[in-house]
Amino acid sequence: MSRVINSGGNVTSEIIHMTGIRKVYDTGKVKVEALKGIDLLVAPGEFVAIVGPSGSGKSTLMNLVGCLDTPSDGRYSLAGEDVSKLGRDELADVRNRRVGFVFQGFNLLPQISAFENVEMPLLFGGVPVRERRDRVAEVLGRVGLSDRMEHKPTELSGGQMQRVAIARALAMRPDVLLADEPTGNLDSTSGGDIMQLFTQLWEQGRTVVVITHDMSLARRASRIVEIHDGRIVSDTVAAA
Amino acid sequence: MTRHDIAVVLHLFSRSARLQKKRATLTIASIAWGTVTILMLLAFGEGLKRQFSRNERAMGENLAIHWPGETSKVWKGLPEGRPIQPRIDDIALLRARIPECDAIWGEMRSGRTAFTYGRKTVNAAISGVNWEYGDARKHYPQPGGRFLDARDEDEKRRVVFLGYELAEDIFGKEEPVGKTLLVNNSPFTVIGIMQKKTQTSSYGSQDKNHAVIPISTYKALMGRDKLWVLVLHTARSEDMENALARANLVMASKYGYDPKDEHVWGIWNTVKGQAISAKIFLGMEMFFGIIGALTLIIGCVGVANIMYAVVKERTREIGVKMALGARRGWITGPFLLEGMLYTFLGGLAGAAVAIVIVTLLDLIPSEGVKVLEFLGKPTLSWPSAAATVAVLGTAGLLAGYFPARRAAAIDPATTLRYE
Repeated sequence: MSRVINSGGNVTSEIIHMTGIRKVYDTGKVKVEALKGIDLLVAPGEFVAIVGPSGSGKSTLMNLVGCLDTPSDGRYSLAGEDVSKLGRDELADVRNRRVGFVFQGFNLLPQISAFENVEMPLLFGGVPVRERRDRVAEVLGRVGLSDRMEHKPTELSGGQMQRVAIARALAMRPDVLLADEPTGNLDSTSGGDIMQLFTQLWEQGRTVVVITHDMSLARRASRIVEIHDGRIVSDTVAAA
Repeated sequence: MTRHDIAVVLHLFSRSARLQKKRATLTIASIAWGTVTILMLLAFGEGLKRQFSRNERAMGENLAIHWPGETSKVWKGLPEGRPIQPRIDDIALLRARIPECDAIWGEMRSGRTAFTYGRKTVNAAISGVNWEYGDARKHYPQPGGRFLDARDEDEKRRVVFLGYELAEDIFGKEEPVGKTLLVNNSPFTVIGIMQKKTQTSSYGSQDKNHAVIPISTYKALMGRDKLWVLVLHTARSEDMENALARANLVMASKYGYDPKDEHVWGIWNTVKGQAISAKIFLGMEMFFGIIGALTLIIGCVGVANIMYAVVKERTREIGVKMALGARRGWITGPFLLEGMLYTFLGGLAGAAVAIVIVTLLDLIPSEGVKVLEFLGKPTLSWPSAAATVAVLGTAGLLAGYFPARRAAAIDPATTLRYE
């Protein structure tokens, strides 16, 4: 992980380093400025919750953080790599290596087994077959689904599906785990389990960024960033 | 493209090839139908071409038939409008002077001659020819008979070779070879009957309806030695032009006319006709090919259609793969493969059906059926197979390419968030 110099001049190793990020959607007739200048630093091992009402720009921010989209303006380096000007295939590689996504709707591929779902990013990453098998077994064990490897997603409960998705996100050992409303489609018990899992992962030293409007999840984070109308309006570090 | 790319594409293809059976079957069927259409059209064209050129060649190949005419230019003090009339002697002269020619002969002809056998008289055309005429004009004898030969000609024998229809008219069911009949009240012995052939071009009359006797006998019988036509035959078609030029010079110097005078001879050069027919048939085959290709393209539009539907259905899946780090090629590759698979299976099925149809058609006997004798039998040839494969391959690639491009254009950010 390379080192970058932050604005204060101190040498740090930020995972996420965003400065002056703006994002404008041009629909042809109207230009919508979804993000109006975001500066965000996330250090390794942080658990950040990004909260805000709908339409505040947090989805846009999530897309940019996850390299699904590029900013209209500003600089973004992810784990020391400048990603604000990369092409589509390069962004795909960055997503594969550095970002583990967890979505509200799980987004597992329904026709293949849990094992194959978790294997997919490893396949894209060029991990050899034998190592793939070991890594999939390891991460599925980590989320407590060792006995569900050959099940199709449709044969699993919502909580189990989300845990498969988390295992998939962990498979490539990414620099950041990026979750978008991970408990949004779950009942409170399963949701609680998933929150617990994120907390454990954070405690084991992983960097976690969660976008949510579920305050009970947000409160588990070490830091809460609140967005409103395309700007960060508050950035609180929780009293641990 | 790296080995990693290929490995990923194949892996994804094998995992996603959960075919929509009904749609896939219909699509493959439409490709198969297109393939059958193009192959049958080409096979029909090929059969027609082969039969036509066989029929056209039934008169003989590489012939230049010369009808004598009149001069149209003043030459060395001689006026225009003089008839030029070749005679039997000229044949020997030309044979000595034109090495390009395989055979040169003259023909004398009477369009209406009485053939009498027993109490029956039939009127038909008769030609007096040199014996070389037989092979060059494809007057092959049926078993048990022969054509005229050099001794018949030398000895002015009264022998006659008959076209098969004329023979039947005169003799009915009787065996004609060896029988004697009267030609203009002179007795002649029948030495042979022509084998059956389908002939589409002729001068004078159809070969099956005329009788042929030695030119020397004809001269003796009729007391004339003026030739009706003079015919040059070359072994190779490319020699014909030189042979024609040389023959013209020889005759011009003998009869005294301007070698540039094009009115002296009416010439039918079958080499030119053969070249024109070849072009016509090439054009016809292209026409058939285009019609077939269009039918096939309709099938490929079907493939593209199903592929678009699949892309739309799998939009979310594609978005997920992109989020997990799939490059564009890894998304498009499986779609291209799927489109090509449909096309390949359809093409294979269509080819199988076409082969079966052609084989079955081949079993129908064409002997005696006029239409089939004329049209020939559909024949599958390697060029038409190659053309079909080329059209199928291109169309299959395109049918996969455009939907794949749509798949690659999917924006993962927008597809992933909403149910």
